[in-house]
Amino acid sequence: MIHQYKLNGYNIVLDVCSGSIHLVDEIAYDMIAGYENTARETLIADLAAKYAHKTDPEELKQAYDQLTALKEAGKLFTPDNYQPMAGQLKAKTSGVIKALCLHVAHTCNLNCSYCFASQGKYHGDRAIMSFEVGKRALDFLVEHSGSRKNLEVDFFGGEPLMNFQVVKDLVAYARSIEKEKGKHFRFTLTTNGVLVDEDVIDFANRECHNVVLSLDGRKEIHDRFRVDFAGNGSWERIVPKFQRFVEARDGKGYYMRGTFTHANPDFLKDIQTMLDLGFTELSMEPVVCAPEDPSALTEADKPIVMQQYEDLAKLMLERDKEGRPFTFYHYMIDLTGGPCIYKRISGCGSGTEYMAVTPWGDLYPCHQFVGEEKFRLGDIWTGVTNHAIQDQFAACNVYARPECRDCWARLYCSGGCAANAYHATGKITGTYQYGCDLFRKRMECALMLAAARQLKMKS
Amino acid sequence: MIQIKTLETRNLCESAKNGGCGECQTSCQSACKTSCGIANQNCENK
Repeated sequence: MIHQYKLNGYNIVLDVCSGSIHLVDEIAYDMIAGYENTARETLIADLAAKYAHKTDPEELKQAYDQLTALKEAGKLFTPDNYQPMAGQLKAKTSGVIKALCLHVAHTCNLNCSYCFASQGKYHGDRAIMSFEVGKRALDFLVEHSGSRKNLEVDFFGGEPLMNFQVVKDLVAYARSIEKEKGKHFRFTLTTNGVLVDEDVIDFANRECHNVVLSLDGRKEIHDRFRVDFAGNGSWERIVPKFQRFVEARDGKGYYMRGTFTHANPDFLKDIQTMLDLGFTELSMEPVVCAPEDPSALTEADKPIVMQQYEDLAKLMLERDKEGRPFTFYHYMIDLTGGPCIYKRISGCGSGTEYMAVTPWGDLYPCHQFVGEEKFRLGDIWTGVTNHAIQDQFAACNVYARPECRDCWARLYCSGGCAANAYHATGKITGTYQYGCDLFRKRMECALMLAAARQLKMKS
Repeated sequence: MIQIKTLETRNLCESAKNGGCGECQTSCQSACKTSCGIANQNCENK
């Protein structure tokens, strides 16, 4: 399978199953489009007529032979022979858990109406994780991590800094057992910034592999949803804190993470605001909510969003030239590295290698399923007991979704997000088509950007 | 001259040979938390 498209002056051909990328002129572009369904002599004659002013049959024959050589080298029209391997990685690592999302606070000091976690409470009561529950969760992770060395723990909420002492105590506990257990913890903190102070900054810079800082961009956009319980916007309060935080981070990982909604499908303006504020590691995500929610993205928003993604990629190339590069999370593609094919077909790992832990110690497949009682997997004392649900997640790979089989982007999303699929279709093996459309556009832009950067490096 | 320029990329078929180690990061752990993208993840076994 191939995917060919034109973007920013490039004619791009992706050979889906080998991962090869070819940049071609318009004649080769048309030849590739016809290669598999048109006889050699017919195709060459057709193209000779169409491009008589640019080429001749001899050159076309050489180009055709070049494409045949690429096919024989496994770089064009590569068949998908991966399906038998789809369950292998999960089977090999069955029972191994490598990441937990610790819901240390099911409460929040902001009252954002678009919050997928219903203002941090996940459709339940407010709750705070105790040290004892958190410690047991870390022990549970170590016990189930097999031979894996790097363990990931995200302090999440609600607002995790509303339970900061427990966060600090849990990190201290984790560090105290690392050596004895032969493990290394990578901590991530996701925060709305309200409670960020020097103590938080020092702690995070010492202990957190990454911090995710929630900012929606322009003040009026941010303050539309990200308000406190008195209805006051939070932008003025948090931006100086985030600037100080990022400055002190001194090169360690962070993301400014924004959400765009029906209120700002023109989210590039919000990215520009983030850049103007001095932030360079950026993530901007489409809102996740019910279709009837007023913040939900509409079909009319889609072309605007698509254009933003293109313009964002072009802006990144411009800023590269100016020596002011920045990162967009979804455009980070390492063409020569990146994940192996096993990772690409295995699905996202929720419910198997990754789980969320509630403040009272229940286990869910991921943070987005918390509060959906039928998805409760078990708890951190007795482990997974709902094997029927876990088996569904274990079987959730890229080949489990019929819609993915003909999608060129399947090896870049691994079948997509089970939670999005569930909320859109009622099945974790469904597909959230709106999200898929946006994802494909992001990948087209990301591949163009990576190709342009590789060309520039080589020149 | 008709232009066909092949970029340098990781060969996914070749990457099948070592069997996959599973050491890489969990898919949506770090930044987005609301979608699944695996293309931007690093291989920890290179």
